[in-house]
Amino acid sequence: MSTVSVSDPMVENVGRRTRRIVASPTQWVVWGGVTAFMIFLIGTVGSVLVNSLGRTWFDAWWPQGFTTQWYGQAWTQFDLSQVFLVTLEVTGAVLLISLLIGVPASYVLARKNFPGKGLLNLLFLMPIMVPPITYGIPLATALYRFGLAGNMSGVILANLVPSVPFVIMTMTPFVEQLDPSLENSARMCGAGTGVIFRRILMPLLVPGMLAAGILVLVRTVGMFELTFLTSGNSSQTIVVALFNSMNAAGIRAQQSVDAMAVMYMLMMLIILLVALRFVNPTQLVARVKEAPQD
Amino acid sequence: MSAEAVPVSAVPADPRGAWRHRMADRGIDRTLWLLLPAVIFVVALFVYPFLYGLSLSLTPGTGETGIFSNYAKFFADSYYSSTIWLTLRLAIPATLFNTLASVPFAYWMRGRFPGKRAVTTMLVVPITLGTVLTAEGLLNFLGNAGWLNRFLMLIHVIDAPLKLTYNYWGVFLSLVLSGFPFAFLLILSYTSGIDPTLERAASTLGASAWQRFMRVTLPLLAPGLATTFSLAFVMAFSVFPSALMLGNPQGEEHVIAIAAYEQAYTYYNYNYASAIAMVMGAVELLVIAAVQLLRRTFYIGTTGGKGA
Amino acid sequence: MTNTVTPAKQFGELRLDGVGRSFGEANALTDLSLTIQQGEFIALLGPSGCGKSTALNCLAGLLPLTHGSIWQDDKRIDMTRPERRGFGMVFQNYALFPHMSVRKNVAFGLEMRKTPSAEIKERVAEAIELVHLEDQAAKLPGQLSGGQQQRVAIARAVVLRPPLVLMDEPLSNLDAKLRLEMRTQIRRLHQALNLTTVYVTHDQEEALSLADRLVVLRLGRVQQIGTPRELYSRPANAFVADFMGYRNLLKSTISAVDGTRVVVDVSGLSVNATAMSGFSVGDACIVGVRPDDLKVVGPGATSDGLIVDGTVEVVEYQGREIVSEVRLPNRLTVTVRTEEDLHPGMRIRVAAEAGRTLAFADDNTVTRVPDLGVSPEAVAAGAP
Repeated sequence: MSTVSVSDPMVENVGRRTRRIVASPTQWVVWGGVTAFMIFLIGTVGSVLVNSLGRTWFDAWWPQGFTTQWYGQAWTQFDLSQVFLVTLEVTGAVLLISLLIGVPASYVLARKNFPGKGLLNLLFLMPIMVPPITYGIPLATALYRFGLAGNMSGVILANLVPSVPFVIMTMTPFVEQLDPSLENSARMCGAGTGVIFRRILMPLLVPGMLAAGILVLVRTVGMFELTFLTSGNSSQTIVVALFNSMNAAGIRAQQSVDAMAVMYMLMMLIILLVALRFVNPTQLVARVKEAPQD
Repeated sequence: MSAEAVPVSAVPADPRGAWRHRMADRGIDRTLWLLLPAVIFVVALFVYPFLYGLSLSLTPGTGETGIFSNYAKFFADSYYSSTIWLTLRLAIPATLFNTLASVPFAYWMRGRFPGKRAVTTMLVVPITLGTVLTAEGLLNFLGNAGWLNRFLMLIHVIDAPLKLTYNYWGVFLSLVLSGFPFAFLLILSYTSGIDPTLERAASTLGASAWQRFMRVTLPLLAPGLATTFSLAFVMAFSVFPSALMLGNPQGEEHVIAIAAYEQAYTYYNYNYASAIAMVMGAVELLVIAAVQLLRRTFYIGTTGGKGA
Repeated sequence: MTNTVTPAKQFGELRLDGVGRSFGEANALTDLSLTIQQGEFIALLGPSGCGKSTALNCLAGLLPLTHGSIWQDDKRIDMTRPERRGFGMVFQNYALFPHMSVRKNVAFGLEMRKTPSAEIKERVAEAIELVHLEDQAAKLPGQLSGGQQQRVAIARAVVLRPPLVLMDEPLSNLDAKLRLEMRTQIRRLHQALNLTTVYVTHDQEEALSLADRLVVLRLGRVQQIGTPRELYSRPANAFVADFMGYRNLLKSTISAVDGTRVVVDVSGLSVNATAMSGFSVGDACIVGVRPDDLKVVGPGATSDGLIVDGTVEVVEYQGREIVSEVRLPNRLTVTVRTEEDLHPGMRIRVAAEAGRTLAFADDNTVTRVPDLGVSPEAVAAGAP
């Protein structure tokens, strides 16, 4: 393909040769890797799914016969209606509060330069950079001291810690790409700050808030450590309930634990499908701007 | 006419207005109030608990003296101090693997091609499922009677089942399964962000595919690699449920998060638990700082000619 | 042209008194004093970074002043918030609200002023008619072309009948042909509505054709304020001359002074010129001549100013005219604009009247690209 006129023919030859040798093995490696990954993924998900539908499964490729009884059993055994309700309430509250706190803050961080901005940015980055267990344990201890842990409020407060920074990290670039002269022109039309927020910024920020909200949703439903550290018996979200039932194995049939896992999985996949209508897969991972390195 | 009569207040000499003006000039005006909820939030829920934990960690337990007694206990007890090594032994290889293996994949997939969204969607699934569910699935899949060992024995690659659960490999594989997609998607966003015309320019200057990758793409990717490594490391280093479920949590996979957790919730020794949590944060931030330092040397080194 | 829109709300004059704006140590605008009469069209002209946009934003209230004051008749307004000043503004990138239709965009300012809805409807329709966008009124800005968006922005500003309209390089994002059309439209609107306008541009042609008065800025300082005619024929200094199309600016030395007439030495060539500032013999100066004031003359011709033989090096065809680089015996080149048919290698004689040959003080504001001294053969062969 290259019609490069290079004076040294060696360069071109090397280019050609590496091309031929590298190109196809790269494809092999890439497809091999993708396949291996898919096998592990499908194997992992599949084992749970098959086990949840199996009567008994012991040292064989497939269970002996299939049944859906475990699902009903899991629902009552683990009090899943309560668990799903808690999950819904916690996620909803975290979603709403983190947007309420995060969006105005990201507006200021995107638009203003003020003394101490660097420090503030660093502070907002820290909850993402520090492992949840590190701040989760002191946080849970502090929350217990104020009687705020072991119940829903504790779970919500703890989950806000990574969620608010996440909203800020997602929304700040989003605000930055809005032309500031829009606000100026609204001002020149006679609009005050309140009107600018209501009539200009809010409608334009809706897509960004949708994306940020979806990301917070996925992360909060899946957040194990912080919920685990701050929840009590009646304030477990689904992922914590799942972990607890697995560790209490022996008392309950492994199949009903897996049935619960499948329900959790279905819930996550539905959220994911909805999420992917609004954001692209990469955004689900992180929309962290280059970490401020001085 | 009167409808648009905008009041123009006469302010020939308003000291408060002038002061407001001067502060606005330095970026201090009423919009800063919008930051208040976020500041209150981060102080109350992050800074305060962190400082509280720090003070707890510096409070000696019963029968101990000295503000560093919890830390001294940690480093004196090899069962606890070894958790640092046991965690790093899992987190660093897993993160390195996830980050480095992502590069060729992401480089190859950086352009637009049909099915790209399908591949990336597939990759998000394990991230979405989370560590607990992944651990449960791997327990079934990798177990002695699991599909993987069955298949490997069927095709006579092995004679006896490989032991892949309740040990290092179980935890390592779970870190790869949930960590690789994370690293890959991040690096993909970085490689997609590199202007493709740069590589085309390099090729018109006579650079081969390998030279283009090494001399143009990789240096531009370096900051992204460092960030990806850091974020992926945060995830791997806080390995907790998968170590409990897939490893041997009292032995070889007694990672630092488990140590902190058991002190807090099994022995109710919050002071000691906080000290362990602080050590955990410090070790993690040290590794990240080292990576960023390395990146800086590497990055300046390859652009070259600019001096230190 | 429709004349149904009632003329803008009047004020007597708007006075800028020593207005300055600094960012930390850097002075973006220094000591701008200017009185704008009602109905005037003022252009702020200068290269990028000269402070013209800073001046406009200070006037709008979007940027606080650091020095000076602004007065509307006898009311001081520089502390008033922009939304309270009641000025209209047209932005360089239009800044139309992307989520509102054309009609909603135009109505926005009136709604902010709590105008009765019947009146809003009527005035919006008028303004849209004024910029000929009746068919696009229901569309969103994203569905319009650049020129149409620009017209919406103008309609949005003038529908308020503001006492002052500020325009920040409104035509710079349009292509050349559209720019000319819009220029005429803006001038027409200004005349029809008697709008007091402050217009920022870096395009001297645009400024000259639109404005009643021009303010030329450089590095935040006013260089000259005057009518287009004044600036064009009597630029205050070499910088303004450069901006007004005096492409031939040659470093020289004063060799004789006689009132406003001076004799200057341009690298060995003696030229009679008109002094634009006080000179004494031996002073460094810059001689400026516009390309169209340099005439190609016959062999026997004489001139009271400059006359010299040279060789044609580069020829650019520009419609009826030719712009040509001519190398003089003293190795300098001059640019000539002529209707004569020139071609590279030709020997010609050029002349300029002393009244059109201006000598400016050398204030180091003008730096010309160093003369490369390529040979005519090389140029003819297509070398750079």
